[in-house]
Amino acid sequence: MKYFTKKFVTLIITLFVVSLLAFLAFQVISGDPAAIKLGTNATPEQLAALRHEMGLDRPILVQYFDWLKNFLFGDMGTSYSYSMSVKSMLAPKLPITITLTLMAFLMIVVVAIPLGIWQGKHAGEPADVAAGMVGQVVMSFPPFFLGMIFTLVFGLIFKLFVQGQFVNYTESVSGFLQYLFFPALAIALPKIAMTAKMLRSSVVQELRKDYVRTALSRGRKFSSVLFVHVLRNALIPVVTFLAMTIADIAAGSIIIEQVFSIPGIGRLLLASILNRDFPVVLAIVVMLAFLVVFVNFLVDVLYQFIDPRIKVS
Amino acid sequence: MKKRNWNLRIGCCITGVLVLMIIVGIFWTPYEPNAMSSADKQMAPCLAHLFGTDQFGRDIFSRVLEGGRTSLFIAVCTVAIGAGVGIVVGSLTGYFGGWLDEVLMRLNDSVAAFPSILLALVCVSVFGSGKYKIILTLGILFIPSFARIVRGEFVKERNRDYVENAKIMGAGPFRILFAHILPNVKTVLMSSMAIGFNNAVLAEASMSYLSMGVQPPDASLGRMLSESQSALFTTPWYAICTGTFLVLLILGISLVGQGLQEREDL
Repeated sequence: MKYFTKKFVTLIITLFVVSLLAFLAFQVISGDPAAIKLGTNATPEQLAALRHEMGLDRPILVQYFDWLKNFLFGDMGTSYSYSMSVKSMLAPKLPITITLTLMAFLMIVVVAIPLGIWQGKHAGEPADVAAGMVGQVVMSFPPFFLGMIFTLVFGLIFKLFVQGQFVNYTESVSGFLQYLFFPALAIALPKIAMTAKMLRSSVVQELRKDYVRTALSRGRKFSSVLFVHVLRNALIPVVTFLAMTIADIAAGSIIIEQVFSIPGIGRLLLASILNRDFPVVLAIVVMLAFLVVFVNFLVDVLYQFIDPRIKVS
Repeated sequence: MKKRNWNLRIGCCITGVLVLMIIVGIFWTPYEPNAMSSADKQMAPCLAHLFGTDQFGRDIFSRVLEGGRTSLFIAVCTVAIGAGVGIVVGSLTGYFGGWLDEVLMRLNDSVAAFPSILLALVCVSVFGSGKYKIILTLGILFIPSFARIVRGEFVKERNRDYVENAKIMGAGPFRILFAHILPNVKTVLMSSMAIGFNNAVLAEASMSYLSMGVQPPDASLGRMLSESQSALFTTPWYAICTGTFLVLLILGISLVGQGLQEREDL
């Protein structure tokens, strides 16, 4: 319980620091929001009036706490370019990116864990060496290039999907999932290779340990030793890696959405950066940051169950 | 029998060939990279144009060499900044410890938790894009990971006998740090530099692909890939050749990094 409390306090502090830094970065360094909104032809009087209206003439910390309070209650501000609430811009796009991220994550877990165990079990055999080589090459592919290859091979040659003709989940759920399959695969494939490689070396290391020899000499079957004892230990580093991957996938989807013209959070983020529409950028960045920090917190808590040796140090 | 270190060999070969091609490309390319030629539009790879030509008749091989040069330059500078500052910060905090160590490591943890592409995009949206801004942004973003690795190694090494001996001999902390400990952690450093190099290539390519990185007239592999996407069906070799060059660059360096690590483990 003490462990949980400590981690929880750290979580709150980190969220606070991260949101403050993001807020300062966008509010202070990025220039005067009123000037961005009014353009270059604004008179000083107009600027002053708008600044007062937007609350920009107040001390920066007051502005921050005001923004934070609103953000926590779901009010993420108003977009400069579209004069609509950021929340209503994000709401229809959020499910798309979340689905894409979850699909990619699922692919990684479903393929990489059995593959890693299999490779670890057969370490050194020709099949393992071959799989390792393929994995090494796959790891070197940038996801957006994989996306382009998929577009060429599966989209243009085999015509399994039409690039750019995105089917939204409001129209057809199966069409939506079908369209997201290849983008998710493009994000997942390099990560599958990395995860499998990591699990393989973890399994190989554990198999060399004394407890495996002991268990085997007591007549346990190899597969039961592997799945009952070895895997429990071997998975610990992999769990951390997978958790870090969630943030990576979410960030990777920013690029992949561009490749496959998926109208998700990533495309909105890019468009907002180009338009200097900072309330939207700030909201997306803080949301992703919260996701990262929260996932790290979950991993720390999960660790307690996987490996009870980890205690407050 | 000594096991041959194939990773290191193959990695060195791939990297060596590519770097050689890029270096030659600084002085000589088969065609002017930006010269358009209406007679040679959309030509498939052949002897005259090794990688074919694009929709404007520009020679893709020459453009890949030029783009590769930009990508390589950015990655090398990024690693130089990241590793240079990271080594100084990591060695000082690792050797001396104390409250500064605590603060820096907490700061590190929070930065390292975020995907670098997201942080880079945030920086670009605040500071703007362009070749030198990208180098600075990525370089600064890479400092924490290097500092963390160097710190870990220095913490391990600082209580070893040879450090004690050097202290007894009257060596100052500066000498102990950089003349005694640093050479002992160079393998770890080099393999982490290989990883950092790859991340830099990948980050730059991704950002340029999103047109948030290198700006025209500078060529870059990422920007070329984004250009080639609109002509994916008519001139697929544009994307395939450019992308393959990028993949080989990353593959070569990561094999070198792994090979170095294996050599250490033997």
